[in-house]
Amino acid sequence: MPAVTVSFASALPAAFQATQVDYKAIAPMLVVFGGALLGVLVEAFAPRRLRYLVQVGVAVVALVVAFVVLVTVSVHDQGITLARAVVIDGPALFLQGTLLAITLLSVLTMAERFGGEGPDAFTPMGASVPGSPQEAAALRAGLATSEVFPLTLFSLGGMMLFPAAGDLLTMFIALEVLSLPLYLLCGLARRRRLLSQEAALKYFLLGAFSSAFFLFGAALLYGYSGSVYLSDIAKAVTTASGDLDGLLLPGVVLVLVGLLFKVAAVPFHSWTPDVYQGAPTPVTGFMAAATKIAAFGAILRLVYVGLEANRWDWRGGVIVVAALTMVVGSVLSVTQTDIKRLLAYSSIAHAGFVLVAVLAFDRLGVAGVLFYLVAYSFTTIAAFAIVSMVRQGGSEASHLSQWAGLGRNHPVVAFVFAFLLLAFAGIPLTSGFTAKFAAFAPALAHGGTYGVWLVVIGVLCSVITAFVYFRLIVLMYFTKPVEGVVAEQVSPLTTVAITVGTLATLVLGVVPAQVLELAKSSSLFLR
Amino acid sequence: MTSLATLAAAQGNVPAATGITAYAWLLVALPLLGAAVLLFGGRVTDAWGPYFAVAMSWAAFVVGLLIWLVMLGRPGGERAADLHLFSWVPAGSFKVDAGMLVDQLSLAFVLLVTFVGSLIHVYSLGYMAHDPDKRRFFGYLNLFVAAMLLLVLANSYLLLYVGWEGVGLASYLLIGFWSQNPSYATAGNKAFIANRVGDFGLSVAIMIMFVTFGAVDFQSVDAGASHANGAAVTAMGLMLLLGACGKSAQFPLQSWLGDAMAGPTPVSALIHAATMVTAGVYLVVRSHAIFDASPGAQLAVVIVGAITLLFGAVVGCAKDDIKKALAASTMSQIGYMMLAAGLGPVGYAFAIFHLLTHGFFKAGMFLGAGSVMHGMNDQVDMRRFGGLSTVMKVTWVTFGLGWLAIIGFPGLSGYWSKDKIIESAFVGDGWHAWVFGLAAMIGAGITAFYMSRLFFMTFQGERRWTDDVHPHESPLTMTVPMVVLAVGSALLGVAIGPTGIIQSWLEPVVGTHPEHEHTVLPALAITLLTLLLVAAGIALAWMRYWRDAVPTMAPAGSLLTQAARHDLYQDEVNEGLLMRPGIHLTRSLVFADNRGVDGAVGGLAALVGGTSSRVRRLQNGFARSYALTMLAGVVVFLGALWVIQ
Repeated sequence: MPAVTVSFASALPAAFQATQVDYKAIAPMLVVFGGALLGVLVEAFAPRRLRYLVQVGVAVVALVVAFVVLVTVSVHDQGITLARAVVIDGPALFLQGTLLAITLLSVLTMAERFGGEGPDAFTPMGASVPGSPQEAAALRAGLATSEVFPLTLFSLGGMMLFPAAGDLLTMFIALEVLSLPLYLLCGLARRRRLLSQEAALKYFLLGAFSSAFFLFGAALLYGYSGSVYLSDIAKAVTTASGDLDGLLLPGVVLVLVGLLFKVAAVPFHSWTPDVYQGAPTPVTGFMAAATKIAAFGAILRLVYVGLEANRWDWRGGVIVVAALTMVVGSVLSVTQTDIKRLLAYSSIAHAGFVLVAVLAFDRLGVAGVLFYLVAYSFTTIAAFAIVSMVRQGGSEASHLSQWAGLGRNHPVVAFVFAFLLLAFAGIPLTSGFTAKFAAFAPALAHGGTYGVWLVVIGVLCSVITAFVYFRLIVLMYFTKPVEGVVAEQVSPLTTVAITVGTLATLVLGVVPAQVLELAKSSSLFLR
Repeated sequence: MTSLATLAAAQGNVPAATGITAYAWLLVALPLLGAAVLLFGGRVTDAWGPYFAVAMSWAAFVVGLLIWLVMLGRPGGERAADLHLFSWVPAGSFKVDAGMLVDQLSLAFVLLVTFVGSLIHVYSLGYMAHDPDKRRFFGYLNLFVAAMLLLVLANSYLLLYVGWEGVGLASYLLIGFWSQNPSYATAGNKAFIANRVGDFGLSVAIMIMFVTFGAVDFQSVDAGASHANGAAVTAMGLMLLLGACGKSAQFPLQSWLGDAMAGPTPVSALIHAATMVTAGVYLVVRSHAIFDASPGAQLAVVIVGAITLLFGAVVGCAKDDIKKALAASTMSQIGYMMLAAGLGPVGYAFAIFHLLTHGFFKAGMFLGAGSVMHGMNDQVDMRRFGGLSTVMKVTWVTFGLGWLAIIGFPGLSGYWSKDKIIESAFVGDGWHAWVFGLAAMIGAGITAFYMSRLFFMTFQGERRWTDDVHPHESPLTMTVPMVVLAVGSALLGVAIGPTGIIQSWLEPVVGTHPEHEHTVLPALAITLLTLLLVAAGIALAWMRYWRDAVPTMAPAGSLLTQAARHDLYQDEVNEGLLMRPGIHLTRSLVFADNRGVDGAVGGLAALVGGTSSRVRRLQNGFARSYALTMLAGVVVFLGALWVIQ
């Protein structure tokens, strides 16, 4: 990592001093990375028949331990550490905790075997050409892609670092660490492999493209302020002499674009439907929930710590992006005929709703974002888990027409899914409503005229998306069932994931007070 | 904003509920328990489930009755009680507590909903006896009752919204209950779309309230309304009206009600006649402080009411389907209530009065129609009825009482309530009083015509039955509720109307009824003219549908008749104004979503072509064009900011 050395060099005092590391604060990340490395060793040395069990065990243990460490040790040891590269504060801890919980549920859905030998969603051999004899042989031999678990943990490690990054380079590295394993995971679908590989390639190309934007923007900001640290940039913005002012705005915009790409904001969203559709469904759920949490965490830190002082210069652009994201996401979801694409567009619209809260520029806005991310991610995980259950002839029934009449034959599954859709639509007594409320209220109170307009657009778009979800509910309950579409029997793994996701959706809708309080008390950034 | 909120807190606090009133939550919990047991209990509950649902509904009625008796014992100003349930959304300075407001207005609704609802539960035992899925049906019915009670008992607009969505959901579920029939499922869709538009209005109104008052509970909004910015209050009023129009099938969102008749008849009686569709009227009356503060919004309510009452009446004259004719009549009668509610303190009490009497006679008539259909192999075409008075005596008499009540036959319920509305419409000066008064009066004449037409075509004249029907009277579970409702249709009006009970009962909630209001015509003249028009309507109907033979095929009819048969071309107008532009918007956005012409065509094809074509299209998708959009986005983003700077 030569880039890091350079940045350190500029901030380095004459005599070299080892940086102080607050191990307690970063312990959850260390546990996750340790689990991932252990997973690599398991992949290499564990006998094949044990590999699946050991991998799932390692991943689950790592996640649980990391979560326990986070809530027992790290919360009491907040601070800026690792030569200011990592900032463990309220928002960072809140998001890391959410990420750990969400990833645990995702790992459970990824481990679902549907009675087979390996994880059902993943191809037995990712390197083989689709439809080749090699693939067939791998299938016969009962190979299983158990490396998805360490990959997920690596990605999670990057995600946890992302909202905790104190400087632009750490942020960039976190971005890459979280993205690279995701590109791989996207291409590993067992069925419709061409679609899956295409999704992975598209995601990779466009992700690289957006990373280039981010890096170029970071370079410009470094040129402007002489530092990559967010707090130094913030200082430079308020005190700068004016010689290099021309670098600031392009730098801000390009860095923002890199992050807005990850949350799928319009017009940087084009990859989302294709990738969501092509990726193995549990991975899609993981991406939709966890990536969004991490990327919004990074946006919050960048915007609230680094760029708040000159927000009047760039805010207009993000307002337009937020409005476009809500409108395009919700309107296009109307014409979708594939359930995963529909949820993709819905996730785009939700990104717009979160942006509205980001633009409030208030502590309550931060709390709104944090709460929204928790609410949305639990609902999303459960929804995608159900999508992976509903099948026709062994493969997922992703076309909407196949969902017709599901309520007849599988009342419980359809009911849970309908409930999750109501949450996406933001109907009261679901977490979706409380979340929209928590996101929109600060925008109304502190966002000025633009805030009010954004909320009006947001409410209008909620109505459009509500139409889409209700139509799907109508489809599930009021039409003739399709022959052969069944909701597969699932193991306790997926059942737990769906149950937890659904219960969270309900609890956060009915008694959200505690989590709202927690989000509010976690909304202060260390600078 | 803060000052208004504190003001609201300082003014007239409703005391906390004590005694039996503190158990008002049971009103919602009991039917909800019934719904949960039936819907989640599975086949185990098949045998006793329906009876359990009936019991839960009656239990809710008993709780309501007890609360009412306790309330009667207190003086008027101290009857309202607030029941705090829990702190719901504590978001910063803004808090929403979930709670119930048990006052005279909500309790009037509670009694109507639980009593009529329970009767209809009993009726359904007979009507749905042979349906294999009747457990689900009763589960939905209980769910509806719970949601409706939550709607009327909520103490804030937010919780009201929960109930509002709940009744909507139960309504779709019940409209589409027989969803094996595709046209029935379409009907559910239509109700659903119209209601989405209405719900949108309600949610925007709540948003404006939050911005203006910083609170959404009834107390704060009531207290703040007269001090707030006029434009904001008018906007709130209009948005609430939009919500009311969606739920209550008022112009211009009325098109769904006729199609909603596809649901089982007890559902039509309960939801689409007696209770849910009147929720819009409840909303307007409950928001009286907002409407009192905004004459513009009030006028809009009156105009909507006047248009709908004539619209529904005209449509009702041409329908041959007995349930659709009754649906048109419901629409028209709710128009009367809306008109009264828009008149301000003169009309609030009468709006609720007519709502209560209408709940009885219309539910009774729907049950009667269900009884007729039960005996006639589920036929609904009135041109195939006729002469049923001899074979279905109980149905004939009970339906007859409902018919006389709705046309305003002197002494029966409808006479007392509707006459008061017509009189109130004539109150005031200038063109308002004349236009709305005459609209209400003419509406009464048309109502007499179409209801008599319906009654005569069904029960009188010669028998025009198809060969395979053998009409018979319905079982006791069905006739007893009809009899009870018929007694209510006859006597409820005289009991609470001329005695002034309804006005003094509601006075603490909706404000004092102004004394000696000035009508542009003497009250006696209004009553006599109305009766004359009603008599003329009956006579015309008698000549055409009793004395003369009714053809079994509908004659071509005049242009107006044809238009009325097509609901005055409402669907066509909706399609032209709303649907087409919507489709174009979506298409152009799909086009703009960087897929170019191929993408748009492909997208359309995929809509019909299914998964395979979509997959193929995807594998020809271009990452390069995606990247190009991103680049264009960055350039525009940055360029625009530079230009602005």
